Amino acid sequence: MVTVSVRLPTVLRPAAGGQSKLSVAGAAVGDVVDRLIEDYPALESNLVDDEGSVRKFVNIYLNDEDIRFLESLETPLSEGDELAILPAVAGGQ
Amino acid sequence: MAVFSSVVDLVGDTPIVDVSQLSPNPRVRILAKLEGQNPAGSVKDRIALGMIEAAEAAGELRPGSVLLEPSSGNTGIALAMIARIRGYHLKIVLPENVTVERRQLLEAYGAEIIDSPGAEGSNGAVRLAEKLAAENPEWVFLYQYGNEANPEAHRTGTGPEILKDVPEITHFVAGLGTSGTLMGVGSYLKEHKPDVEIYAVEPPSGERVEGLRNLDDGYVPPVFDRWGGMELLDGKRIVRPVESLTWTRRLVSEAGIFAGISSGAAMAGAAKVAERIDEGVIVFVVCDGGWKYLSTGAYTEPIDEIAERLDDVIYF
Ligand SMILES: Cc1ncc(COP(=O)(O)O)c(C=O)c1O
Repeated sequence: MVTVSVRLPTVLRPAAGGQSKLSVAGAAVGDVVDRLIEDYPALESNLVDDEGSVRKFVNIYLNDEDIRFLESLETPLSEGDELAILPAVAGGQ
Repeated sequence: MAVFSSVVDLVGDTPIVDVSQLSPNPRVRILAKLEGQNPAGSVKDRIALGMIEAAEAAGELRPGSVLLEPSSGNTGIALAMIARIRGYHLKIVLPENVTVERRQLLEAYGAEIIDSPGAEGSNGAVRLAEKLAAENPEWVFLYQYGNEANPEAHRTGTGPEILKDVPEITHFVAGLGTSGTLMGVGSYLKEHKPDVEIYAVEPPSGERVEGLRNLDDGYVPPVFDRWGGMELLDGKRIVRPVESLTWTRRLVSEAGIFAGISSGAAMAGAAKVAERIDEGVIVFVVCDGGWKYLSTGAYTEPIDEIAERLDDVIYF
């Protein structure tokens, strides 16, 4: 188990008691997501779908890399890693 | 030098410049494809022309037709240039907080601007355009996020140009907006040189967009889904404003390339890839020049201060 920081976007802060940055322990990204949902149940429907996968409109980044291109929820964590959760938005001009 | 009959004939065939002096790894070359050389100043000239010609071929456009598009900048500007020449009336839905240069460019080319709420970002502009399109079925809604002619312009134009000029390419890096560039170039390169790796960079736009009520307001471009974005890309990373600005400045001060801020983000992505690989040749896309971003202070003011402000100004 290591401790990582998690950044939440504006849209999710109300579900986490208004916090924008949290410290959470876990061995893999999925543990951190489980832990967040345990502590803040209102986050559950925002983060995962019925099958427990990351929802389509949510991107989770480990040290700014999209975890879908790493090992998704199984991606292992190191001490001091930074996770960021961001909603998918229309980019582009 | 030939004489061209219209600026539209100047779209595409952009030059590639070696900027390996910026590479953090002496065994990795980094090459910049300069899309700002297009006549309306950005990579979007390609897709604007592609989408208009596809609609013309489908018989949807006649002289005097009304075109509608949500766009915070480059696509709108490119469409405006072509619409003016071809005789269409263009309406652009634009978040109210885009830089003043873009607004003026659109006006100069003769487009009509419809404001969408700044707090809702690009999502808000897309939503408002969808509503207007539904209310006005006679308007032609090109919708770059879902228009096949967008990735197609890159699959048939940008992609082949890159492979022809840089047959030794090992990695391609570009910004992810509508995903047209990455899907089109990516699928062309994977088809003709399967071991080329494709990397996307994106700004952390979702962090502060306040108009989002919940994550279901989120958005994945239909082009990304239909072109198999998840399988096509080898990686995707966020580049934060400070990093984008730092590399945007290095591009101009060390390589003489005066580029827009998303190009700094792409260069940052290329540098990250270069650090991780042993050797290789990376091509990244310089989407546009810096002109439209001058009013943000991006090139001259303290980076931390501009980075703060950039969160509120759409730059990508
Ligand atoms: C300056 C700039 N950078 C990057 C992009 C992203 O390109 P694409 O829409 O092809 O994903 C765009 C367009 O949206 C752009 O205008």
